Amino acid sequence: MSPRLVPASDDPIGPGATTPITILVNGDPVDGVLGQTLAGVLLASDTLSWRTTPLSGRRRGAFCGIGVCFDCLVVVNGQRDVRACQRRARAGDVVEFHLAPAPPRSDRGE
Amino acid sequence: MSEVVVIGAGPAGLAAALAARAAGSRVVVLDASDYVGGQYWRHLPPERPARHESLLHHGWSRFQSLREALEGDSGCEVVTSANVWAIDRGRIHVLVGEADGVDRETRVYEPDALVLATGAFDRVLPVPGWDLPGVFSAGGAQALAKGERVAVGKRVAVAGSGPFLLPVAESLVHAGSGVVGVYEASHAARLARQWTTRPWELLATSAKTLELARYASTLARHRIPYVTGHAVTAIEGSERVESVTVSAVDGSWRPIAGSERSLEVDAVCLGHGFTPRLELAIAAGCRLTKDRFVDVDDEQRTSVASVFAAGEITGIGGVDLALVEGSLAGHVAAGGRLSDPAMRRLRLRRHALSQFAQRLGRAHGIGQNWTTWLTDETIVCRCEDVTLARLRAATDSTRSSGLRSLKLLTRAGLGPCQGRVCGRSVEAILGRVSDSRSADSSITDRRPIAVPIRLGELAAVERPGSVVE
Repeated sequence: MSPRLVPASDDPIGPGATTPITILVNGDPVDGVLGQTLAGVLLASDTLSWRTTPLSGRRRGAFCGIGVCFDCLVVVNGQRDVRACQRRARAGDVVEFHLAPAPPRSDRGE
Repeated sequence: MSEVVVIGAGPAGLAAALAARAAGSRVVVLDASDYVGGQYWRHLPPERPARHESLLHHGWSRFQSLREALEGDSGCEVVTSANVWAIDRGRIHVLVGEADGVDRETRVYEPDALVLATGAFDRVLPVPGWDLPGVFSAGGAQALAKGERVAVGKRVAVAGSGPFLLPVAESLVHAGSGVVGVYEASHAARLARQWTTRPWELLATSAKTLELARYASTLARHRIPYVTGHAVTAIEGSERVESVTVSAVDGSWRPIAGSERSLEVDAVCLGHGFTPRLELAIAAGCRLTKDRFVDVDDEQRTSVASVFAAGEITGIGGVDLALVEGSLAGHVAAGGRLSDPAMRRLRLRRHALSQFAQRLGRAHGIGQNWTTWLTDETIVCRCEDVTLARLRAATDSTRSSGLRSLKLLTRAGLGPCQGRVCGRSVEAILGRVSDSRSADSSITDRRPIAVPIRLGELAAVERPGSVVE
């Protein structure tokens, strides 16, 4: 694993109480806390990538973290193309990944 | 009473709002994020309180006082989740609602004066493997640490150029990440030249030098090497980052053959300076400088009447300069005069801080031969998977160095990010592989629709009579 939520007990900033929430990610329940973005919930649950590029099927997740790069797009409650780093998670959100099958190389015009 | 609209609620925008209020205007502050503070003061949401959050920030008490002053002021409306998607002949078109949502509220403002304080984002140069999961922009890693308390990795390499790499490393350390090294591509001699040739300029910015000294001590305490003249020139991994290649680079950032070494890491943070967010300034008609920032005069006025600009869009200068420029812009936008006594100190301070910023810029400027660390297969445009080979094939086959034709042929810069990430790199590659600079005058910063909006929302806006104030 690599990305992770800073454990509250070790965190020098002294975090207060949080409200647990659960979202559905591709049908599976994933726990988070209120106030996290969807990217925050995904990264904290050790999900590093959640999209493949439409052309060559390369894996993508969070990159810029501030809404600029659009690498982190997800489908939320049926809405496509939502930046996971910008959208706050709400209890019961239904998240699906944008997974496009990689087309054969010959389709890429190379 | 006149009305001033401020776009951007980072340090420059908040300072502008406060100054405009003090000078007697009504103020509306618009920001795309759901909380004010901008990238610099990106913080935890109220649902995640922390007693000592100030540990993660510089100037946190200044932020608190700005925020409280504006939020407790009935003459100032702070509108968050406000996406300004177009500026058209003085009309500011805004969608208010959750990020990338549907059926957001439409608003249009036609203020007496506008202050643009839209800030900047990380410039990240392409590197082989930079699109692997586990590679983050330096600012992105910091945003995740400060705004989410997510540590991006256990063994992290920080690389690129500029003083910003230091607070990024500090944020990682405070989130419990191990930092294997900070790799600054500029050479120590070049840094030293800019840092010591004019020591008197440092006197006026002693807070800044103290801050840099503090980073140096954090790095030393955690035994994090700060290595100048080195760059991450490749990132390896099958489905995610597994290692990086660190190379010594010459003064033009060309990797020195034989100097490569491999480091095992689980995350990489890259930042090679900043790109100003210019699309709204361009939409408003503001003239740019030759190094492509918003051109402003002593009063922070742009070339367009009643439009002001402050902060990073006028030149990368850091938070202190942004605060000063914001205060000056807000004061004049609200009808105040530059000659007013309170402005004198700010003008002197702006002068000292911008001298300092220019020195930092010269010390850390991008070396022209960074493109030599790319391979044919390196993805340049992340959105559309456009490789270097494809860009070169397009320029070679058409003998054209025109940016527009290159974009249409390869789709570089035409994906969801609209060239925000790759635009300037594509321009640099065009310059390197063609006989001349971009043959047409187009630049990648022009985006008439400044943020992506859904067709349904656009249709609702365009329907006559549906625009509500």
